[in-house]
Amino acid sequence: MRFLPNPRRLLSTYVIVYVAILYFPVLLLPVFSFNDSATPKLPLVGFTFRWYESLSGNAAMQGAAWNSLIVGVSAAFLSTVLGICAARAITRHRFRGKAAASSLIMAPLILPEIIIAISLLVVLLGLGLQLSLITVILGHLLICVPYSVTVLVSGFEGFDPSMEEASRDLGETAFGTLRRVTLPMLMPSIVSSLLVTFTISLDEFILAFFLSGTEPTLPVYIWGQLRFAAKLPNVLALGSILIAASLVLLTAAELFRRRAERKMAVRP
Amino acid sequence: MKQLLNGCSVNLAEKRLAFNSLLASNRADLFRLRARRTGTLNAGTGTAGKSGHGEELHLDPSAPTLPVERDRGQSPVMRFLGSETGKGWLTISPPLLYAMLLLIGPIIVIVANSFWSQDYLTIDRTFTLDNYKAALTEPIYRDLLMRSLFVSVTVAFVTVILAYPVAWFVSFHGGRYKGLWLFVITVPFWSGYLLRILSWKVILGYKGVLNSGLLSLGIISEPLNWLIYNVNAVIITLAHSWAAFAILPLFVSLEKLDRSLLEAAADLGDGPVRRFLRITLPLTMPGIVAALMIVMIPTVGDYVTPKLVGGKDGVMIANAIQVQFGKASNWPLGAALAVSTMVIVSIVAGGIVLLLAGLKRLLK
Repeated sequence: MRFLPNPRRLLSTYVIVYVAILYFPVLLLPVFSFNDSATPKLPLVGFTFRWYESLSGNAAMQGAAWNSLIVGVSAAFLSTVLGICAARAITRHRFRGKAAASSLIMAPLILPEIIIAISLLVVLLGLGLQLSLITVILGHLLICVPYSVTVLVSGFEGFDPSMEEASRDLGETAFGTLRRVTLPMLMPSIVSSLLVTFTISLDEFILAFFLSGTEPTLPVYIWGQLRFAAKLPNVLALGSILIAASLVLLTAAELFRRRAERKMAVRP
Repeated sequence: MKQLLNGCSVNLAEKRLAFNSLLASNRADLFRLRARRTGTLNAGTGTAGKSGHGEELHLDPSAPTLPVERDRGQSPVMRFLGSETGKGWLTISPPLLYAMLLLIGPIIVIVANSFWSQDYLTIDRTFTLDNYKAALTEPIYRDLLMRSLFVSVTVAFVTVILAYPVAWFVSFHGGRYKGLWLFVITVPFWSGYLLRILSWKVILGYKGVLNSGLLSLGIISEPLNWLIYNVNAVIITLAHSWAAFAILPLFVSLEKLDRSLLEAAADLGDGPVRRFLRITLPLTMPGIVAALMIVMIPTVGDYVTPKLVGGKDGVMIANAIQVQFGKASNWPLGAALAVSTMVIVSIVAGGIVLLLAGLKRLLK
């Protein structure tokens, strides 16, 4: 190592501070959700579960949670199906216009969400559709597909196409190959894609805010509660549960992705 | 296709940059990079399999020269669908059609709307440029546009400058924990968008954590009132929100950097600063550009951050757009604001790309 120990230590310290600042606001909410005070301020006064307890009897919140679950599961499944198509085309086929087609599919990743939200809103209302959970799912699909594609492309790259060819040569039908070779090989990536897209959908606010009509998802419900200062501790409690759920889901997704990686590394 | 893409007014090249860097950030690439460096690339990975035993067995049924292919597909349509290009398009068509129908279609409708006008409850479809005139000349919208641009450009540069050393650290000193590092750094980005912004409101608020903490420590005697409800609060919050996302393209470009170049420069007597300026910085410029775009373009239209921590002085263009589609109910004006924002941010993005390309040439 040519580097002097001093700059190296400086860099390590910087990275640790950076990560700490990254996590600080995320971890702050849970701290205040257990604080026995109606406003989040220092010093902390005492430990309590009451903000969590008052959530349990809240029908509106539970309705929103149910809506989020419906939207998340639908968006996760549909975007993974669409993602498999796109990832397969990107990794297994060579055709003109592939780059343009794939950038179009990935575009929602860097477009401002408000642009996507208002254009969808105008078209859906113009078609005479009522805003509902379905319109939220349609919107979430747009932003979930790019994440599915990213995860699944690495899944497809991870296994040898000659396996599918061998299956066909040995007499399996196209559907049989898909069911008995492709999908099992891809399974860790598929699960990872499902978990990641579910988390994205669970967390998404702007599209849900514009497209949800009278059935709010959890972030939209939280947004509505922010108007009432007295509800803030409850919001912090609910938010902490959401963050914890996201962390668990993302960690699970990561573990599945690693399993996919190991699967291809170990094979002779 | 090109026209359609231009219709959504985001530079195709930028998207591809962002797309590629995201793709390259996935684990498979990491694995391959690592394997290539340590020389353990085995036949199990996709690329090696093809060049090895696969050569002989690799019967590509779609190759147009195969006689089987000629027998099947009599009609031109069937022949196209049997060809490699046809199969590719067929496979990608479900997600592509979805993006056409629900992204490109609506954006075309929005662009059309921006040339119409609101006539109380109905929309008058005679062509007019009045909305653009209002969007670009009325002081309120001009100020909001300028502020949004300023905020997004500042956030992009702050984020990239702060993230670069972290990406460097992970790439050069991450060792076998690179994947874990990336996961730990990107997790906050994936969870609790709304809640992270709320958290900053709780931290920076007049009676918030920072003020109450400083008060109880006796450092200040009354709450600081300049922490929240201004542009700075918006910039801090957005920079924090997007920090993790900027790391990915930076990391990928650093991973691609050939380390032997740095060694060669060191052997020839270049110091660390010179090595960075003449090798690392120019060669990682694509990553820097991608990171800037990936932060700048989405943040220009952020709605929640200005609403929660921006106050009166931190309002951004997305808030004005939302008002036009909500309370004010003037869709054409809202559409013109949205289109103007996208066009202007694309122009600024293009300018930054050119500027950095010039800088790169200068450094080399």
